[in-house]
Amino acid sequence: MDLIAILGSQGLWEAVLRIATPLMFGTLGALLCERAGVLNLGIEGIMAFGALIGWLAVFNGAGLWTGLLVAALSGAMFGLLHSVLTVPLGLSQHVTGLGITLFASSLAYFIFRLTVPLEASPPTIRPFQPVELGPIGDIPFVGPVLASQTAPTYLAVAVGLAMMYVLFRTPLGLAIRMTGENPHAAEAQGINPVRVRFGCIMAGSALMAMGGAFLTLSAFNSFFPTMIQGRGWVCIALVVFASWRPGWALTGALLFALVDAYQLRLQAAVEDAIPYQLFLMAPYIAAIVVLAVMARRARVPQALMKPYRRGER
Amino acid sequence: MRFELRESRSTTLMIAAPVLAIAAALALSGVLIALAGASVIEAYRHILIGAFGTRLAFAETLTRATPLILTGLAAAVAFRARLWNIGGEGQFLIGAIAVAAVGAELTAGLPSAVAIPALFAVGAVGGMALMLVALGLRERFNVDEVVTTLLLNFVAILFVSMMVEGPLRDPLAFGWPQSVPVADNATLPRLMERTRLHAGLIVALLLAVVIYLVQARTVFGLQSKAAGFNAGAARFAGVPLGRTLVAVACISGGLAGLAGAIQVMGVRGNVTTDISPGFGYSGIVIAMLANLNPLGVIAAACFAAVMFIGADGMSRAVGVPSFIADVTVALSLLTMLVALFFTQYRVRW
Repeated sequence: MDLIAILGSQGLWEAVLRIATPLMFGTLGALLCERAGVLNLGIEGIMAFGALIGWLAVFNGAGLWTGLLVAALSGAMFGLLHSVLTVPLGLSQHVTGLGITLFASSLAYFIFRLTVPLEASPPTIRPFQPVELGPIGDIPFVGPVLASQTAPTYLAVAVGLAMMYVLFRTPLGLAIRMTGENPHAAEAQGINPVRVRFGCIMAGSALMAMGGAFLTLSAFNSFFPTMIQGRGWVCIALVVFASWRPGWALTGALLFALVDAYQLRLQAAVEDAIPYQLFLMAPYIAAIVVLAVMARRARVPQALMKPYRRGER
Repeated sequence: MRFELRESRSTTLMIAAPVLAIAAALALSGVLIALAGASVIEAYRHILIGAFGTRLAFAETLTRATPLILTGLAAAVAFRARLWNIGGEGQFLIGAIAVAAVGAELTAGLPSAVAIPALFAVGAVGGMALMLVALGLRERFNVDEVVTTLLLNFVAILFVSMMVEGPLRDPLAFGWPQSVPVADNATLPRLMERTRLHAGLIVALLLAVVIYLVQARTVFGLQSKAAGFNAGAARFAGVPLGRTLVAVACISGGLAGLAGAIQVMGVRGNVTTDISPGFGYSGIVIAMLANLNPLGVIAAACFAAVMFIGADGMSRAVGVPSFIADVTVALSLLTMLVALFFTQYRVRW
């Protein structure tokens, strides 16, 4: 068994991109909310709901892209709920987010049980297929790895690049970052912090739901409860790792997926010598270590978790 | 429309808040039940029958409330000091597996009066240890304990899985991954004949009262509240912040660990990976519904237990998935947050 040889295998890198995709969507979504000054802990439940509703739409005959869109819209609705509670009412973002996670995930399980009868094996759909890349697919090693991916993976990368541009190169991005740093100053500049926060939370939550939907529409082909497995919380940690920068969010998701894909293969390689649960713990422990290392240096948006009330300091 | 801070929070409003919140949550869940094609009144009637209809059902409801009171207390104690312990689930599991590790052989020869308190302590220490990891990371590295406690929940369940498939596996369970059962002398006595209701309920109730008294009557109770209210002012007033937080973390983690221990010693006898249907997460809702009041936790835990136990019977009777209980409990957290807001603010048009 060669630990280095695993790193050179094509299958590993195919898995890395596949595992990274929901993390990219989720991390970018959480990042957008936090850039506007709101911590969105609804992520875990929003991902679960997106996974269910996207899959359910396709299961009932809708197209795959429609499924993804339905998921995004459902995410935006949970984002709206989160916004109403945390922005005008200024409720605790920690508790609101957890409440939304509990609500969205239990609602997803409820709808799943209601619409899909209990069977031994869950019903499946035909998921996204790998994209035809033409000549790019012929490049040695890189080509086949890229050609094995589905369209939403490329969409996630595109969203990340677009977010980089919008946040740092446009007036809208400036307004978002200002709202996250100092909403009072933003208001003095004629920006409406309430509106910016609503927009960012809804858009961010839509991205989270798309991350969840990727699991049922591309990575797997069926829905099962507890399939999110803490991915949302990992995304929250990745935002800190990325120091609130979209480019680093993409990189962080890839690095994280590398840890995950590597441990899966290592697990197969060592067979029973080491309990497999130790490997499964690796991603969560990696996330905690990342937080411990990065949290000090992190440049947190200054108004993160501080509710904004007009005329109140 | 704007919100204006109320000068004082009236007692009537504080009592009305959770009642209205639960009513709103039940009404919203009613919409879902109606959408599922069942009669709302019939469904709620069956929930009540499921929870109270027979002596056995009533005992089951109280049995379910027992760990919920403890995890609710765990969250309430921590939240009061603004220590966001979301890891009750993981601490519950570590408490349970710690008891399974020690309870099978080490306590076998001891009298119950020694073995039971000893195992309580073992479970509590297990939960404490996990919470202290999160507190240590917060104090040393400035890491938000919300995310670490959440992530540690997943580490904890994997650890339990590793133990029940590995060193603690019961060789007599035909390959089924479950731990060796705890010895008979460490099993909690039954409170009602031919039911699963056990003495853990009394422990949970007593602890709620003790914590209430500690919070209301002691210096430590005031200090932990001050630490949460305004850490800077508390430090200025001479509150030993670090020590207070460690103590709060130990109590919080310990209560969740104890809940795990009691569930093993009172109900399950052994540990499997599905020992907790989200007791830790429900504890957070319960603490909020109780507005962090330890005595209120008892009532809130009973509400959640009625929903969970009642929904099983309701599901069999009218065919609405029992997940509706989880939806209602989660919704009641959100409605409670809104209700609490209106005890603090009034609306001006």
